[in-house]
Amino acid sequence: MKNLKKIITTLFAGALLTLGLTSCDSEKKADNVIKLGAAVSLTGKYSTNGEHTKNGYNFAADRINEMGGINVGGKKYKFEIVYYDDESNSKRAAQLVERLIKQDKVQFMLGPYSSGLTKAVAPVTEENKVPMVEANGASRSLFTKGYKYLFAVLSPANQYLEVAIDLAVEKNGGKPVNIAMAFEQDAFSQDVRLGILDAAKRTGSKIVIDDKLPKELNDMAATLVKVKQAKPDVLVVSGHSKGALTAIRQISEMKVDVPMLAMTHCDASKLAKQHGKKSEYALCAAQWHKSLTYKDKYFGDGLRYDKEFTAKYGYAPPYQAAESSAALLVYKDAFERAGSLDRQKVRDALATTEMQTFYGNIKFGSGGQNVAKPMVLFQVSCDGDNCQNKVVAPTKWASAKLVHPIPAWKDR
Amino acid sequence: MKKDYLYLFVDFISKLTSKENKTYFFSGIILFLLLAPFIFSAYKVQLSFMLILILLAMTWDVQGGQMGYNTFGNILFFGVGMYLCASIQIGMFFPLAEWTESGGEKTFVHSTDQYFQGLFVGLIFAGLIPPIIAGLIGYGILGLRGHYFAICTLGLGIAAGELAGGIELIGAGQGMTTPPFPKGLGSLELRSQVFYFLCLALLVFTFITLRWLYSTRFGLVLNAIRDNEDKAEAMGIYTMRYKISGWMISAFFVGIAGGLVGNIVGYIEPIEVAFDGREMGVFMVLMTILGGKGTLWGPIIGATAFHIFKESFWSMFLGWQYVALGVLIIVIVIYFPEGIMGYLREKYPEKFGEAVDEKDRKAQVTLN
Amino acid sequence: MDFLIFQSPYLLFQASMDGILLGILFALIAYGMALQWGVMNIINIAQGELVIMGGYIAYFMYTAGIHPAFGVIVSPIIMYFVGVGLYKLVINKVVDRDLFISILATFGISILTMQLMNFAFGADVVVAQSDFGTLMLFDNKVTLPVSKLFSAGVAIIFAIILVLYMKKSKLGRAIRATAQNARAAKILGVDTEKVYASTFGINAALCGVAGACVAITFTLHPYVGLPYTVRSFMIVIVAGLGNLPGVALSGMALGLFEEYADYLLGTEFRIASVFFLLVLILIYRRFKLARTREYLK
Repeated sequence: MKNLKKIITTLFAGALLTLGLTSCDSEKKADNVIKLGAAVSLTGKYSTNGEHTKNGYNFAADRINEMGGINVGGKKYKFEIVYYDDESNSKRAAQLVERLIKQDKVQFMLGPYSSGLTKAVAPVTEENKVPMVEANGASRSLFTKGYKYLFAVLSPANQYLEVAIDLAVEKNGGKPVNIAMAFEQDAFSQDVRLGILDAAKRTGSKIVIDDKLPKELNDMAATLVKVKQAKPDVLVVSGHSKGALTAIRQISEMKVDVPMLAMTHCDASKLAKQHGKKSEYALCAAQWHKSLTYKDKYFGDGLRYDKEFTAKYGYAPPYQAAESSAALLVYKDAFERAGSLDRQKVRDALATTEMQTFYGNIKFGSGGQNVAKPMVLFQVSCDGDNCQNKVVAPTKWASAKLVHPIPAWKDR
Repeated sequence: MKKDYLYLFVDFISKLTSKENKTYFFSGIILFLLLAPFIFSAYKVQLSFMLILILLAMTWDVQGGQMGYNTFGNILFFGVGMYLCASIQIGMFFPLAEWTESGGEKTFVHSTDQYFQGLFVGLIFAGLIPPIIAGLIGYGILGLRGHYFAICTLGLGIAAGELAGGIELIGAGQGMTTPPFPKGLGSLELRSQVFYFLCLALLVFTFITLRWLYSTRFGLVLNAIRDNEDKAEAMGIYTMRYKISGWMISAFFVGIAGGLVGNIVGYIEPIEVAFDGREMGVFMVLMTILGGKGTLWGPIIGATAFHIFKESFWSMFLGWQYVALGVLIIVIVIYFPEGIMGYLREKYPEKFGEAVDEKDRKAQVTLN
Repeated sequence: MDFLIFQSPYLLFQASMDGILLGILFALIAYGMALQWGVMNIINIAQGELVIMGGYIAYFMYTAGIHPAFGVIVSPIIMYFVGVGLYKLVINKVVDRDLFISILATFGISILTMQLMNFAFGADVVVAQSDFGTLMLFDNKVTLPVSKLFSAGVAIIFAIILVLYMKKSKLGRAIRATAQNARAAKILGVDTEKVYASTFGINAALCGVAGACVAITFTLHPYVGLPYTVRSFMIVIVAGLGNLPGVALSGMALGLFEEYADYLLGTEFRIASVFFLLVLILIYRRFKLARTREYLK
């Protein structure tokens, strides 16, 4: 026993020493590589989408590298991304971003997954004057702080389900509607809520239920009981993947009838596949859908992106992956226009971005948000047990007609 | 005979820390810590966090190691200190409700004076209010024994985090951003430097206070409570007073530490930053156990070793870090429960063991 | 405060049923926790992870085409061996030590398992479909998902089996003897090692059953084990150690309390209120005991 202790002690001390020393070395910069840093959630409650984000980043970086890399001032460069696991924890994310910038000496940053983590990370990149193109932090509060080094390719969170409210009012003959909503208590979901509040004010609609879901959401039966009582015109639920799955399960179990059900994270949680027919008629907010007709020369259009991503990673890309890929495309464009890798010049080039990608049009407003891309709404439509997501709004890109009101459970 | 290298190393260290060389030893450490942010410029924030962790481990030890009350609840003071400091920093000059409204959409900018005034006052309150809370709830909570105490404090910590997540004024689930460091004040590094030195100052203050505390009768009473509380009471000591005072002292330092960390991180999230049960609650305990419960230097060594180990592994083991950490925890807990200091004490009792005063020994009455 | 539930008896009934059914499921997990606490003086922080593991077993049965309800049979069998394995690897070195040490050691197991599950099972949030339908009462005013009724029913059945087993079987009696006085039991010829291993295995099996129920009633994800751990030891604390029938009652009571708190105070304070209740109960108990100590003085 004593010997075992000795062995363990020496091993431990040795490991400490070597690791402590080796972590001091910063990586030598390879000459024709642009180093990007990213702290993503590989573990913890956001691990599902953290993985989508990482795959999205990698897919695009690999594709750009394969297709000749980036041409900066006549010299050819390739992308290299350094990842850390922020464990879905904002404090950790902020620490890791600081580490990426100061110790690993990355030149530019890619954003983490979720608004909360992006909010924690933005002050760090801003302070260090490192441009960050982020693809998964949609909170409106990120764009009102006057950050000069933050650029978001996705549409702000408050836009997510505003379209749904407008649709509901339209179907109600232009009259205001009654809205019931339940949101998880994190930065993103609460921002979606703000968007609903704005839409309600705009259309004169009334909020009849305004519930918060606790973070460890296992059971929203209480809220649904209230919904059954209140009989609203629209039920809005946003609680990341877990929220979407729990909501559909319990709505179908409790046979809650609402004319319109609007949610987020349907595709990230593989809702249609997991719940099948139960998820039919749910309206989902999406930043992107494969049937949209945007194009670019790296991925072609959405359908091709979807096919190639599925072939490489084994599952259909949710919009979290698509927008992450778009971030790399934005960087490539900015580097080439700036003609240099100087952070200031790249930042200025980013600010004047105006391009189309398979993901959508990208143009940055004064706060860093993407002002050129609207949100889409799709509805889950089922043929027997085979369920697909079909875009129903905006009508310009609709591939199916909105089914409204949702038929009652007893008629399904 | 084989040379006992460990003995030589330990001998060297103990010579360094002996009475004659003590001043050199301490001034050496202080000098190193003062210069560290300039030498290891890229690691400033990491070092600040390490100093805070050492502080947390040391203050935990007051309850856990010295007094025998394993608490998971010091995190309550940490979070309260954090929110208080930030709220005052903001609230002194701008309407707090508007700052946190809609997840922090409105921006107000502090002038340099405002920033530092706010920080100063904020930290003072972060140091004042948590001890008051400790004093108020101490009577009820510190009356619990053993694992009930641990679980009760754990419940407190979690409840506080959840509660903070529901209060709109401080941002609820969307969290609160602390005031940004005034721009144009100096180099980019200045902010990290300022906070590093604040953390260092706090840690030194804590160290001096605790070291003095353990050398007084107070320290002995704490140990007596740990060894056998009922006997201590039977001997006429009002244990409750000492228990509460000890908790209040810890609360003071932990509260200020919370205020500082809130500003370093820049974004306060109720459960992940302020009332972080895992990091603050469990790791604090582990660090102290690793280093050796109930000793002055144990928590310091433990926190330092743990932090370095953790930070190094995070980059090596992307995705596996918690597996490694889990294994480490199990190994520490099973094979090294007395920690590094404890191990050294057992091995070299002359160097590290309890020093028995010769006068006291002779004064002991021997019954023959 | 929102007094909605008191406005209609149906609403009150619905809330109560939801609370009780939830509580019964948690009580099953709490049983396992109480068992190992009483017998081995161990608080298992990895309890929730064992539940999730059990849940994944049922999930994989579902993806393989077998109805996940059979998970309540298969899962405990597999989990029993997982439990015994864990015991022989780690727990047996922690058993005769400080309770606090067991908390830390099982915490280590917990974070380790979470990450291993993340690798093994992927990071998706998953559900298993039981297609059990819903019971509609009082003209659809009250809906009780059959999956929840099933979970409660299964929990009750297993609890009864457990109690009978403890009373009648040889191993059960050995376990109870060890719980009362380990040393005496050893002297009388009980193989305490085997008893401990079995107890931990039984605990894991109970978690497996609960996990299968969770798979068909809620959602599964490697990182959602903590709430189950926390609720189960709250129930044990409230019931008081050694009070096994009390576990069922306090489980239901806590479930009810949590559900009512959700309606009355709002969902955002649901968890905070349960913890505050725990703190209050502990403090109340402390003062009650102190009075007893006063008399001894």
